[in-house]
Amino acid sequence: MKANGTVLKYGDNVDTDVIIPARYLNSFDAKELASHAMVDIDPTFVERLNPGDIMVAGKNFGCGSSREHAPLALKTAGVSCVIAKSFARIFYRNSINIGFAILECEEAADDIDEGNQVEIDFDTGKIYNLTKNKEYQSQPFPEFLQKMIQANGLVNYVNEKKG
Amino acid sequence: MMSMTMTQKILADHAGLKEVSAGQLIEAKLDVVMANDITGPMALPIFQQMADQVFDKDKVVLVPDHFTPNKDIKSAENSKAIREFSLNQCLTHHMEQGKCGVEHAILPEKGIVVAGECIIGADSHTCTYGALGAFSTGVGTTDIATGMATGELWFKVPSAIQFVLKGHLQPHVSGKDVILHIIGRIGVDGALYKSMEFTGEGVAELSMDDRFTICNMAIEAGAKNGIFPVDDLTRAYMDKHSTKTYKEYTADEDAVYDEVVEIDLSEIMPTVAFPHLPGNAHTMDEINASEKIYIDQVVIGSCTNGRMSDLRKAAAILKGKQVSERVRVMVVPATQKIFVQCIREGLAEIFVEAGCAFNTPSCGPCMGGHMGVMAKGEKCVSTTNRNFVGRMGDTEALIYLASPETAAASAIAGYIADPRKVGE
Repeated sequence: MKANGTVLKYGDNVDTDVIIPARYLNSFDAKELASHAMVDIDPTFVERLNPGDIMVAGKNFGCGSSREHAPLALKTAGVSCVIAKSFARIFYRNSINIGFAILECEEAADDIDEGNQVEIDFDTGKIYNLTKNKEYQSQPFPEFLQKMIQANGLVNYVNEKKG
Repeated sequence: MMSMTMTQKILADHAGLKEVSAGQLIEAKLDVVMANDITGPMALPIFQQMADQVFDKDKVVLVPDHFTPNKDIKSAENSKAIREFSLNQCLTHHMEQGKCGVEHAILPEKGIVVAGECIIGADSHTCTYGALGAFSTGVGTTDIATGMATGELWFKVPSAIQFVLKGHLQPHVSGKDVILHIIGRIGVDGALYKSMEFTGEGVAELSMDDRFTICNMAIEAGAKNGIFPVDDLTRAYMDKHSTKTYKEYTADEDAVYDEVVEIDLSEIMPTVAFPHLPGNAHTMDEINASEKIYIDQVVIGSCTNGRMSDLRKAAAILKGKQVSERVRVMVVPATQKIFVQCIREGLAEIFVEAGCAFNTPSCGPCMGGHMGVMAKGEKCVSTTNRNFVGRMGDTEALIYLASPETAAASAIAGYIADPRKVGE
């Protein structure tokens, strides 16, 4: 599996309240949530984003609420992957559970700039910065989680286990 | 035998293992699975892909508390979805507006959660129940749907930071000041993926309500859970509220911690977290030495600080006083039981006569849902748990997190004020 896109870059502690503000949580329609993604820190996000684009951010991405609406909004808006220095733990779980790609890589998060063209190889965890002609190695998922991702998320994993 | 933290021991038991170590992936049995009117409705279609019936009708709880009383038609549909599910599945603990309250206050109050349990909730502040000596953590919608269907969930066993509490709390300093101080020290990702295990002689200084407040905000330091040891106070609380059997766990004396942080309670002052992070802590001495911060709204309530002792402390300050003419104040008891107790003890009268709105239990204002949404440029002192951009309304509204006493003192003054100086 690979991703390739233009980078939209953000700072530390991008919280779930700015990814999808609570005032929109009276709906869990993925398309509607996606239309409000990131509105409180980047009102132009949805119009600037092209399908497949990649978000790069600092530490503690997705901190705050347990709302799965947050990774769902980003995934549905067309984000192919978030690369960050670290992720808040509930956001991390939620992303894996819905099959939304996230990668921890401090070096990439520091070096990649807004607008860079980036390619990701999820099998190897390698991140290629095509603009800067550089390569970074991200933390690969532990085997247990790779199995879950291969099963296309937690629901299928549970159903497969039930046989 | 490997030494374990308190959290690791609970997880090992629930995974049917003699021992676990940090980083290990396990599947653990769940004692309570909880969701609310935001996360619950989204979980139902996912649940239905896995099961027709919940794994145990005693152990699944759906609480309508966030956008209730229903703030609009979509919210009404969401409440309806979990209401019908709860009734159709014959859930033992059926929750309804007017008979429940804010999830993290109602579950302990009704004795649904006790020491030694493994609990998940589709709400990040589920870590609150660690105050009772349980492992309790917040998860998302797919996780909660899986928990409802199977009664099990995968976890990565966390390492821990040990917080050794010592000394005595000063007057007008409470659990909220302690946790804001701690988050200020370690940062909003200071305990990322980890347990925060509280211990030391200072634990005995803290009321159950203080411990709930402290564990409630463990997530604001990025923690997986917060946990207190079980002592006489915990046992008395559980004996009063619950008929469930509980199990006491203690950390091994030689348990390994990533870090040991000593907290001298006597050095903690009333503390306020400035916008836009809960870790942006300022002491009241710093605030007193700076220019006054005038405010427009005060909120006293929430899963963090809407319990009986919180409201008693706020009322003691507001008694016989008037809130500033520039400020509107929302007092929101966290449960119906607390609401009626406020009436019995005369607190409701104190609040209303001081010029506060005395509202029905709800999460409402905390996440800008309803019952206290902020306009552009407004400032709020709030006893809630998050001061992120846009959390309580407009993205240009500013939120200052504080204790109930600081909130009450500020309501009277019209600016962020020191509860130690009221009446001077």
